[in-house]
Amino acid sequence: MAKPTDAADAGASRSGPAVAIAGLHKWYGDFHVLRDINLEVARGERVVICGPSGGGKSTLLRCINRLEDWQRGRVVVDGIELTDDPKQIVAVRRDVGMVFQQFNLFPHLTVLENCTLAPIWVRHMPKKDAEDLAMTYLRRVRIPEQAHKYPARLSGGQQQRVAIARALCMSPNIMLFDEPTSSLDPEMVKEVLDTMEELASDGITMLVVSHEMGFARQVADRVIFMADGQIVEINEPKAFFAHPAHERTRLFLQQVLR
Amino acid sequence: MPSRHARRFVGIALQAALVVIVGGVAYAAFRNAAQNLADAHIVSGFAFWNNTAGFDISQALIDYSPSTSTFGRAFWVGLLNTLLAAGISLVLATVIGFAAGIAQLSRNWLVAHLAAGYVGLVRNVPLLLQLLFWYNSVLVSLPQLHGSMALPGGGILNNRGLFLPRPQVAPGFGYVVTAFVVCIAAVALIRIVIRRRQDRTGEPGHLLWFAAALIIAVPAVVFFAAGSPLSFSVPRMGRFNVEGGVEILPELAALVLALSIYTGAFIAEVVRAGVLAVSRGQTEAAQSLGLRSGTTLRLIVIPQAMRVIIPPLTSQYLNLIKNSSLAVAIGYPDLVQVFAGSVLNLTGQAVEVIAITMAVYLAVSLATSLVMNLYGYAIAVEER
Amino acid sequence: MTTAAKKTYRRETPAESLPPPRDRSGALGWLRQNLLASPLDMALTVLCLALIGWAVPPLVRFFVLDAAWSGADRAACLASPQHPEPGACWAFVRAWFGFFVYGFYPLVARWRVDLFFATLAFGIAWLAWLSAPRRDLGAVYFFIVLPVLAFALLSGAPRLGLITIPTELWGGILVTVVVATVGIVVSLPLGILLALARRSDLPAVRGLAVAFIEFVRGVPLITVLFMASVMLPLFVPERLSPDKLLRALIGVSLFASAYMAEVVRGGLAAIPRGQYEAARALGLPYWRMMALVVLPQALRITLPNIVNTFIGLFKDTTLVFAVGIFDFLRTVEAARADPHWVTPVTSVTGYAFAALFYFLCCYGMSRYARSVELRLARHRR
Repeated sequence: MAKPTDAADAGASRSGPAVAIAGLHKWYGDFHVLRDINLEVARGERVVICGPSGGGKSTLLRCINRLEDWQRGRVVVDGIELTDDPKQIVAVRRDVGMVFQQFNLFPHLTVLENCTLAPIWVRHMPKKDAEDLAMTYLRRVRIPEQAHKYPARLSGGQQQRVAIARALCMSPNIMLFDEPTSSLDPEMVKEVLDTMEELASDGITMLVVSHEMGFARQVADRVIFMADGQIVEINEPKAFFAHPAHERTRLFLQQVLR
Repeated sequence: MPSRHARRFVGIALQAALVVIVGGVAYAAFRNAAQNLADAHIVSGFAFWNNTAGFDISQALIDYSPSTSTFGRAFWVGLLNTLLAAGISLVLATVIGFAAGIAQLSRNWLVAHLAAGYVGLVRNVPLLLQLLFWYNSVLVSLPQLHGSMALPGGGILNNRGLFLPRPQVAPGFGYVVTAFVVCIAAVALIRIVIRRRQDRTGEPGHLLWFAAALIIAVPAVVFFAAGSPLSFSVPRMGRFNVEGGVEILPELAALVLALSIYTGAFIAEVVRAGVLAVSRGQTEAAQSLGLRSGTTLRLIVIPQAMRVIIPPLTSQYLNLIKNSSLAVAIGYPDLVQVFAGSVLNLTGQAVEVIAITMAVYLAVSLATSLVMNLYGYAIAVEER
Repeated sequence: MTTAAKKTYRRETPAESLPPPRDRSGALGWLRQNLLASPLDMALTVLCLALIGWAVPPLVRFFVLDAAWSGADRAACLASPQHPEPGACWAFVRAWFGFFVYGFYPLVARWRVDLFFATLAFGIAWLAWLSAPRRDLGAVYFFIVLPVLAFALLSGAPRLGLITIPTELWGGILVTVVVATVGIVVSLPLGILLALARRSDLPAVRGLAVAFIEFVRGVPLITVLFMASVMLPLFVPERLSPDKLLRALIGVSLFASAYMAEVVRGGLAAIPRGQYEAARALGLPYWRMMALVVLPQALRITLPNIVNTFIGLFKDTTLVFAVGIFDFLRTVEAARADPHWVTPVTSVTGYAFAALFYFLCCYGMSRYARSVELRLARHRR
């Protein structure tokens, strides 16, 4: 994986936690959507966040790359504190890759162009280098032959894998996955989860919001259960699934694992 | 269920019957028309095209005189007037429409609602009413000849029209134009060079200011070097009229104002819908990759929005061109007013005149539809 | 190790829902977000407030505060020592109101026009209210009963004791409503037929439909009106020559049909193929399938667009001035030339009144279209 060379990232500390959230509160109007979130994610750690819909999981994830803002609390990503300062925000976003539930590939660009867009325009890479880099990652996600097709021609699973490759082309230290398989037909979920598993073994920090409990069991270092905008329980996967400590967690797991 | 052969037979019989009926009605209609026209001693045919016009036209972009010009010439004068009014209005309407459409999406509550108010008001009042308002209420309150307003820059404004200095070019002006064209070509070339360089080294170029400076500075230098080969014939107050300068009829001004403001509101809706059609996820994906908002707009949002905007935008352009025919209401000498109005009245040959008029608009509409279909096809090919 | 980094954690007490911080919520928060979010935003806000301050008070003064609401002639609306800046001359509108609504329709017979308006409003309400009972009967009433009734009322039915009133005497809102209504009554069925014809497999039928639709949509309405007005009398023998209003009605109806055809075609295209196939599988012949399965759905889907076309039609009624018909706008044009009422403010007042009328009608219709759209969207979830 190519290391970022930009000067703005030089200040990022390599020793602190990847993500540090302290006292985070967020309101949508009068609705208190995130309540007193305190969380630290270490470098290289894989964290899966699960919970009922509307519990604030996606909102929390999107706070980490400032797609959502908040009214109270601190969020520090890779040593850079996220405030209203646009420079900080861009610096963080260069370092954090995100994969969306709806893929959000750019339909008017080819797969290759989707992947080279950010390296060219944000990291100012020469076109050839960017394309080589993109092909490397397209090979990693096992769809190099689709490079010159438009996203509309690809299946859902292929599109999501392109989205993962696109995010990886920016060489992020942290990858955020917002329900990456929820929009996929069942037979395509496995290919994406396999790709994510391979990623996990590379040492990249991963925060995954997902309902895929099998993936959590297999890959996660910690599982976080969120409901009603608050963190209810955190545990290692084995303990989490075998002996959920909180009543709410038990209720949720009963409904989800049958 | 009748057999396939029976259905085909019925189908063919139906079509044959339809053709016979339509043909029969058309034939009867034309027989009647011929009879009625003959009774009224109106000739048929297009010979009138070369007859002397005998009526004046208040605005003619080409040479026209009532005593020597033909009806055919009048047709061209009217057509050019239509194109002039429609052309200016198209540009203005696009500017107004894009501004108002984007303003409606602003985060600023006041800006968004003021724009929405403009759109909502203008779209729900008939264009004719707006035209009459501008012409009869606003422009009529301009001063009479003897009280003409003098404008900064040498113009004169009164109820006969807006008189602006007429530019008069001397021979050296050709060099200035050449310099301008050369600069534009140079900028295009430089753009390509910068792109290539970016592909090679990754370094983006900052072309905008340089290009603007070049396009303005070089022709300016040539202009002065050639001895300022541009003078203006400034309008002066004469005894009975304004002399010199170029005259902009109040009718033209009213028509352009009304068309631009009216069509601008519809274009605003088209633009708003187009920008909204680009899902938020696109912007979020671009942002999460680290792209700044300017780049995101340029590379992601605008290309996708334009694809949604262009077909209905073309439709609005066509509507504007057709709506310019409302010129008859205020006496602006457009194609309908001159040809389907004056010429029709003078020759009495309604069928030919109206047919020609319709043919012109039809040609414009069909040509635009064709181009639109080609555009749609090209996009589809690209994205499938 | 902080709580945050612990490997395991269990929440002891639930975090309650707190109210949002004051400066970010409520009126102050709203102001900050929507008007003062950035320096550019603040500048824009100031600009907008300046614009409103410049434009609104004079308008309110003119149309309300300084306006003359009653009077017998122009004296009421002229500048005078008591009213150095006269406002809108609503007295003029009141004086001419009858003309604006009925045109030259004889005073004694105006009750017939009122009755027509009432029956029309009833018909529209019946069809427009989506939850109304027996709307199919409503359609029969609107498209069949009402035209006959309206013709008898407005034009006259001597055998019923209603004297004939020639269309030359009709004018004002009466004419506008008649033209618009006839337009919709004719253009909707005709548009449906044209749309079906355009989708037909028979090339002659399709060709004729396409030719008609593309021709009409490619030319301005004024030329169609000219054609109807000037050429129609030529194509029929002397004795059948239609009167001026009828010619305009024919022109407007044909014009609107072409646009309606495209709108209906859009609706038909939005029906999934499965509907057609299911109907065919049930053995329904073509017309039965169309009437029972496809058209009801297509019209429902495209109802907002139909209303939008009608709004356009309503505005287009103003163009009949070009063929000598006295629609509402033309009556205002005529009235403002009245020497008894000529003042500098008469024209503006007249236009403002006309604009108000058209705005209320069109805006009302567009709100209705929007509410239908929302209702349809809800049902489709």
